Amino acid sequence: MTAAANRPAGLRAWLREEAPSSRLQANLVQLYAGWRALRRNPLAMIGLAIILVLLAVAALAPWIAPFDPLHQDLANRLTPPGGAHPLGTDDLGRDILSRILHGARITLTIVVLVAVAVAPLGLAIGCLAGYFGGWVDSVLMRITDVFMAFPRLILALAFVAALGPGIENAVLAIAITNWPPYARIARAETLTIRRSDFIAAARLQGASSLGIIWGHVVPLTISSVIVRVTLDMAGIILIAAGLGFLGLGAQPPSPEWGAMIAGGRKYILDQWWVATMPGIAICVVSLGFNLLGDGLRDVLDPKQR
Amino acid sequence: MSIGQSLPGTGALASALGGFRRAYGLVGSVILTLLGLLVITFVIARVVPIDPVLAVVGDRATPELYERTRLELGLDRPLYVQFYLYLRQVLSGDLGNSVLTSRPVIEDVARFFPATLELATAATLLGVVVGVPMGVLAAVRRGSWLDHLVRVVGLAGYSIPVFWLGLVGLLLFYAELGWVEGPGRLSVGYEDIVDPVTGVILLDAALAGEWDVFRDAFAHLILPASVLGYFSLAYISRMTRSFMLDQLSQEYVTTARVKGVSEARIIWRHAFRNITVPLVTVIALSYAHLLEGSVLTETVFAWPGLGAYITSSLLNVDMNAVLGGTLVVGLAFVGVNLLSDLLYRVLDPRAR
Repeated sequence: MTAAANRPAGLRAWLREEAPSSRLQANLVQLYAGWRALRRNPLAMIGLAIILVLLAVAALAPWIAPFDPLHQDLANRLTPPGGAHPLGTDDLGRDILSRILHGARITLTIVVLVAVAVAPLGLAIGCLAGYFGGWVDSVLMRITDVFMAFPRLILALAFVAALGPGIENAVLAIAITNWPPYARIARAETLTIRRSDFIAAARLQGASSLGIIWGHVVPLTISSVIVRVTLDMAGIILIAAGLGFLGLGAQPPSPEWGAMIAGGRKYILDQWWVATMPGIAICVVSLGFNLLGDGLRDVLDPKQR
Repeated sequence: MSIGQSLPGTGALASALGGFRRAYGLVGSVILTLLGLLVITFVIARVVPIDPVLAVVGDRATPELYERTRLELGLDRPLYVQFYLYLRQVLSGDLGNSVLTSRPVIEDVARFFPATLELATAATLLGVVVGVPMGVLAAVRRGSWLDHLVRVVGLAGYSIPVFWLGLVGLLLFYAELGWVEGPGRLSVGYEDIVDPVTGVILLDAALAGEWDVFRDAFAHLILPASVLGYFSLAYISRMTRSFMLDQLSQEYVTTARVKGVSEARIIWRHAFRNITVPLVTVIALSYAHLLEGSVLTETVFAWPGLGAYITSSLLNVDMNAVLGGTLVVGLAFVGVNLLSDLLYRVLDPRAR
């Protein structure tokens, strides 16, 4: 960043340089080109805006929420949207808007934790399988296939049943059932680079296999895995909400959106807003991730439609 | 040893595995997958923090009774012996007893599965009947409103939680408009009129000629099937569009046009015929996912299927029932995928 800071006036020009003079500049030039392509896609920008709002809401929830999300006000239970409660109140008189705003934190936490758990697991298995080949590959990929052959939600359900309900276990269950696609991607990437000359050179210098995988293979495969995780964010949110809805994710009185829908289910016919509002929040956030994901895929892989 | 090829001394095993795969192909991979499923359910059963002995004898049992039960359950044996015993038990069709219904799990599953099958099949039918023509037309009229509609439907399908759509559907079409019947498979007055021959009420009612029951069952089925079918529609129409676009840009289409073949014939007889094979795979995949997706839908609509059975057992920590149900859904999932594989081989002459 120092080079960029020294020439603030020419920052754009520096970012569009066709002959970058350092590795940092080359990376930033590529990033900037991608950003400009992404910026031309209005749907992707809407998605990005939704996610930025989500981040802001999650960060500022205690300050922007009009009420305490757990504060019960039984005199005002099930009040319709409007007035002091723009989205109404639930069966315990809690303000739905405040609960949704605080729920953004839980959703974001789940998504981040799953991503943090799933990416290294998929990377490790994929890189090991791809690099070593042979029976290591056969065994690891067979395990991956087995996990891929099963319905993920049901498997996650069974895992949560075994581990006990709660956010941590829901995250663990989603991670255990969601790593196979990342292992596949990491393996495919590894296969394309494992015969490269620079790997051979590192090996001739006496680097250990694990050292090469960690130092050379992982850094080159990690970006594809991260992109794929971004694309899968909406799916993770939906599975987490589903677990919450079934009472296996976040536990009451936590304002998790799926659990909130479950709480409003009994009242759906007369007090529709209790269950409907959190669902809209889930839809908007998933849509944001999907729109951004589609845009990212177009930028990164123009071959796909 | 060349770089990254294989570890020393493992070539024989690798080629044996390769040979195995070639020789037994599909059968071998299916058996391995099923074995993997059993390993997973076995592991899940073992990580449950509940003491399986206590679950049987209760926490007031004497130490002697506890110890005897532990031995009877085979919990003192090494894990691989326990797995072998589990395997033998499952293969003989014994999935244990459900604590909740106090019946063998296998009987419960047989009773609940047809409802799930009925729901998933109806949903897939909807998805195919609407989704395929929609996808084809979207590809043919690229950039038209229909094309945009397919895109929006697809995006929404990936963004809306199925259980929420179900609740909103109930609110709108049952409570407000009164177009459909509410939760459950039949209204109270129509229960137990038709003998469960197949377990699929629509079929049973039609076989018995009870058309009132048929109509009532249909009115109950249509909303959950549409909700579930929406997701299948979103996926199928998007894939159909993409396959068709691929075909329509091929040279044989241009050739046919130059020869003066009518546009309808080009679309349906030439291009569409070529996408049927991948489409079958997509439909099978979507069907397999609906078997799973029905878990949440069944809960919302109080649909007495396997998904509702699994979740209600889950909440009551009835592990035999959960694992039995998981096993059966997994089996169905693998079975549908196998079927699509076989169909692929039959339909695509290049794969023979």
